[in-house]
Amino acid sequence: MAASSSGYSKMLFSLKIYANKLQNLYHIDTFNIIIRRIWTSGSKNQIQPKVKTRSLPQMVGVVGLEVHAQIHSRSKLFSGSHVKFMAPPNSLVSHFDASLPGTLPVLNRRCVEAAVMTGLALNCTINRKSLFDRKHYFYADMPAGYQITQQRLPIAVDGTLVYSHFEGRKRNQVLTRSVRIKQIQLEQDSGKSLHDDERSQTLIDLNRAGVGLMELVMEPDMCCGEEAAATIRELQLILQALGTCQANMAEGQLRVDANVSVHRPGDPLGVRTEVKNINSVRHLAKAIDYEIQRQMEVLQSGGKVLNETRAFDSRSGNTIPMRDKEGLQDYRFMPEPNLPPLYVYESDACVPADVDPAQVVVIDRIRAQVPELPPARRVRLVETYGILLEHSFTLVNEDGLMDYFETVVQMTKAEPRKVIGWVMKELMGNLNLQGMKVAQSPISPHALAELINLVESGHVSSSAAKQVFQEMWKVPEKTAGQIVKELDLWMINDREELWRTCQGVVDRHPEEVQIIRAGNKKVLNKLMGEVQRETKGRTDPVQVRAILEDMTL
Amino acid sequence: MFCTFCKRAAWTAIRPPHPRCKVRELPALRTFTSASRTSWSRWKHERDSSTSTPESKVPQMPTWEPIAESQLPPPTKVSPDLVDKLERLALVDFGSKEGVDCLEKAIRYADQLHVVNTDGVEPMDSVLEDRTLYLRADTVTEGERAEELLKLAKQTVEEYFVAPPGNIPLPKREERSAHSEF
Repeated sequence: MAASSSGYSKMLFSLKIYANKLQNLYHIDTFNIIIRRIWTSGSKNQIQPKVKTRSLPQMVGVVGLEVHAQIHSRSKLFSGSHVKFMAPPNSLVSHFDASLPGTLPVLNRRCVEAAVMTGLALNCTINRKSLFDRKHYFYADMPAGYQITQQRLPIAVDGTLVYSHFEGRKRNQVLTRSVRIKQIQLEQDSGKSLHDDERSQTLIDLNRAGVGLMELVMEPDMCCGEEAAATIRELQLILQALGTCQANMAEGQLRVDANVSVHRPGDPLGVRTEVKNINSVRHLAKAIDYEIQRQMEVLQSGGKVLNETRAFDSRSGNTIPMRDKEGLQDYRFMPEPNLPPLYVYESDACVPADVDPAQVVVIDRIRAQVPELPPARRVRLVETYGILLEHSFTLVNEDGLMDYFETVVQMTKAEPRKVIGWVMKELMGNLNLQGMKVAQSPISPHALAELINLVESGHVSSSAAKQVFQEMWKVPEKTAGQIVKELDLWMINDREELWRTCQGVVDRHPEEVQIIRAGNKKVLNKLMGEVQRETKGRTDPVQVRAILEDMTL
Repeated sequence: MFCTFCKRAAWTAIRPPHPRCKVRELPALRTFTSASRTSWSRWKHERDSSTSTPESKVPQMPTWEPIAESQLPPPTKVSPDLVDKLERLALVDFGSKEGVDCLEKAIRYADQLHVVNTDGVEPMDSVLEDRTLYLRADTVTEGERAEELLKLAKQTVEEYFVAPPGNIPLPKREERSAHSEF
């Protein structure tokens, strides 16, 4: 598949529109189909990869995700070892984590509460009684030979995750979709293995072994990589808001495996493959799209899709079969004999009298602790400040941006819509250019509020203020007022001076004046640009336009 | 060792006890044996030994009835493919004829459970089901045992445990049968 630039796909898109028009006019079917074929095979930027043949309906992708979220707790799920990202190898390992004989699991209360809170945030039914099981398989980073998980009766079932998907050419149409969550279960993490191919050995670090994970199993309700990416982004925001997981994919706190298959709508689901080794949300979208395309090509050429596990290679953007996983694994699930069933109580009233209060997990208490979740936050922003929905997404997406915005709005009399313009274009533009986070911004909310107030009070024009902003970015110690004084960017409010400048411009461009008088008003913008250039942007565009109109008409 | 044990157990379940077993009758037992005649019963020694002399709590006479072969489901045959799969999953070497026989007899012994009527009985999840699961507070109490744990390993590299590069698959059946003849 040749790599295509966006220009190529734009050309094909316009060709397609042309072809559609032709079809309507002249009933040319084949032309449209040929264009469609070239479109699908050439472009990589499509949302929904479709392969069309003349008689059969289109094949669509079906994607289900399995997410492992590392619970944000101090100690591990069944032992008292510390949970830390970087630490000397094997220093955070207890006797139980090393699976030494004679050790027993002891459940961590914080992990149970985290799982219940996540279940409540995702509208799940919390099972009052849940059971632990052993999942047996052999691998060096799991010294026990089994993993304690919850397969028969997990802690939460039947939830939904609502996410929003941007569509349209300018990505400003918001579609709300939802994914069903089959279950949330508590399980142990395995250790980390570092493969040393030169010496043909694997080095095992058990620091991560035994850390609590929440496995979220989602139903295959998604159809492409973008939807999966939007789902995961939303899940990250929810988990971070709850505090149950830091959801950083690069650090391995959120691991996503995708189950991908293709089929024709109405047919039973096709054979699925599992894609692993995905380290970021962008890689997830790429991996899923590649896998859907690959499976479609295999089926089109008459082959069969194998039920296998494939690893995603971020350098090439391809998925490759993994050599260690041979065929379907039989995990020989068995009840964990060392752990009695886990009971979670609905309310304080349901707890039996003889049970120690420190030993119970009460759902109502946890429900009261659930904070404002991202969907509610966005709605509140739109309603309170009257900003657009897409802007609320950016505000909630970026860490700390919402607080920044709200601080600026409080400190200035300007309308929130204007403030959002400043925040989105100037602030975010500069942050993205330099790859910085909101917390690293050299311009504090107070400084920006000061600048906006200057614009509002008419002391500085908006274009001059943009220059001031860039200066403040480079030299954060100076205030807005100081920079305006230094660069002499005060707004020219003197009507005399404005008249003189405009007259000068009009005198220098007699041809343009003729064109304006003839009826083409757009040339006025060119004259305004001239005035702005001459005055270094220190004029109010509204006033200048009024004056020029007077002069030329 | 597992094989001989289960062989004997399997044999005694289906046929009456060997006549050479000494049988001493305790008074309490006789009433008990007459009551339950049709199904496999659990041992209930606690009730029996309350009034009797301090004798052994183990009943001296079997309190259960042997179950006829006709009441059991058809015997399960373990195919060589299944033996292969089980060996791979559990890493237990029982590919020989005695091993498979032993396994089949063990399955037959367990088949007796089918005779029990479990209508309306909730399946038991764990023998600990009437205990509360202890929940630990989220504090760090263990760790920093790297030296102690690494000493247990035969080979370590810079505080890491060393393992082979991946799971070494078991040799195929043909190669294995050459080895397991002994």
